Amino acid sequence: MAVVCLRGQLKTLAGGQGEHRLEGATVLALLRALEAEQAALAGWILDERGAIRPHLNVFVNGAQSEGAAAVAPDDRIDLIPAISGGA
Amino acid sequence: MTEILVGTKKGLFALEGEPGEPFEITARAFAGEPVEAALRDRRSGRALAGMTSPFYGPKILLADDPAGEWEQAEGLALPDGQDRTLQRVWVITAGDGDDTLYAGCDPGCLFTSRDGGATWALDEALWEHNVRESWKPGGGGLCLHSIVPWPGDPRRLTVAVSAAGVWHTDDDGASWRRGNAGIAPRYLPDDAPTDDVPLCVHRLDRAALQPERMFMQFHGGVYRSDDAGASWTGIGEGLPSDFGFPIVLDPADPDSAYVIPLAADMDRVTPDGRVRVYETRDAGTTWAARGDGLPGEHAYLTVLRRAFDTRGAGSQLELYFGATSGDLFGSADAGATWFEVARRLPPIYSVTVS
Repeated sequence: MAVVCLRGQLKTLAGGQGEHRLEGATVLALLRALEAEQAALAGWILDERGAIRPHLNVFVNGAQSEGAAAVAPDDRIDLIPAISGGA
Repeated sequence: MTEILVGTKKGLFALEGEPGEPFEITARAFAGEPVEAALRDRRSGRALAGMTSPFYGPKILLADDPAGEWEQAEGLALPDGQDRTLQRVWVITAGDGDDTLYAGCDPGCLFTSRDGGATWALDEALWEHNVRESWKPGGGGLCLHSIVPWPGDPRRLTVAVSAAGVWHTDDDGASWRRGNAGIAPRYLPDDAPTDDVPLCVHRLDRAALQPERMFMQFHGGVYRSDDAGASWTGIGEGLPSDFGFPIVLDPADPDSAYVIPLAADMDRVTPDGRVRVYETRDAGTTWAARGDGLPGEHAYLTVLRRAFDTRGAGSQLELYFGATSGDLFGSADAGATWFEVARRLPPIYSVTVS
């Protein structure tokens, strides 16, 4: 299973749990699984169209990635707010 | 004791105090996040906030105490099959029913709650107009910013959208009709078609004791309606500028309205460096400046559409407004004199008083 790593507000909403081991073949599938597992996160990562919110960056094993990217069972996915989002 | 909920660019602030004296900040919630809308529902006692995280999207949250825990409401999303997503919560308004609340949002949509704000549902009939007619946004987005119930008749409601004008329902949101006759947008050519033009209403309100009477601050123009918002008459003459954002009324006087003029569309600051509220007590025939206690020189403030609110009525009418400078002012005597409520808050988006 890949691990999705949360920090800040998302980690707080997930009950303080920073690492989440989830099944999924793509980044988007993992994030869907995460929101399904953690009800308080619903709508915070994915919008109502199911897309990753525009000011959230996704990294797979340290490299910036996107929703359609394939993930392997041992991959690490970091979700980090973009520097473009706040003023 | 008066409570003011102040929505800012960097969180929600709750202030409490006695009118005429500086207020105390009793809570700050959603630190760092923009809060455009807030309401203390007088029926339930609960506070509601419309928070729009630039990272995590718009949410409505509820709390008994703004300093305590907030719970997220459910149902605030556009329907499947759309290419648009919810952008922002602009206003939360109590309806005429026991537990009914309304939320006005970008892109031009209205949500209704029948359970005090815990769950919300999109008004699909109004949304159909939006989709079918391809409503166009104003400078602040396609914002539904004014929601005006009809006292005593929960089935009647008026909303205003920038820039899709005024809309009325008589059947609790099942169907909607326009109410824009007489509005003359100066930002369009004189020979522009009269239907389906972008109408940039800035804020709307209704006289509590005479519900057929409404007042509107437009994007260049102040208007009054005496026929429940079917048609509008310009009443901006006598103001230093008829551009501005908010308009509020004295619930005890159907002939009253207060506006805060800004210099012009292209110069959205208080005219001549003076902060002044203008009051009419004759339904817009004449206007009087109310600036005693407000900054009188070198003050170039911008007051946004939801950043002006009232409490009480008549000679006890309290008025409060905030500016993007972070300054918050109040009056405990219907605008005759003013005092500084707070200063150096983050840029103020909304002010709601209870």
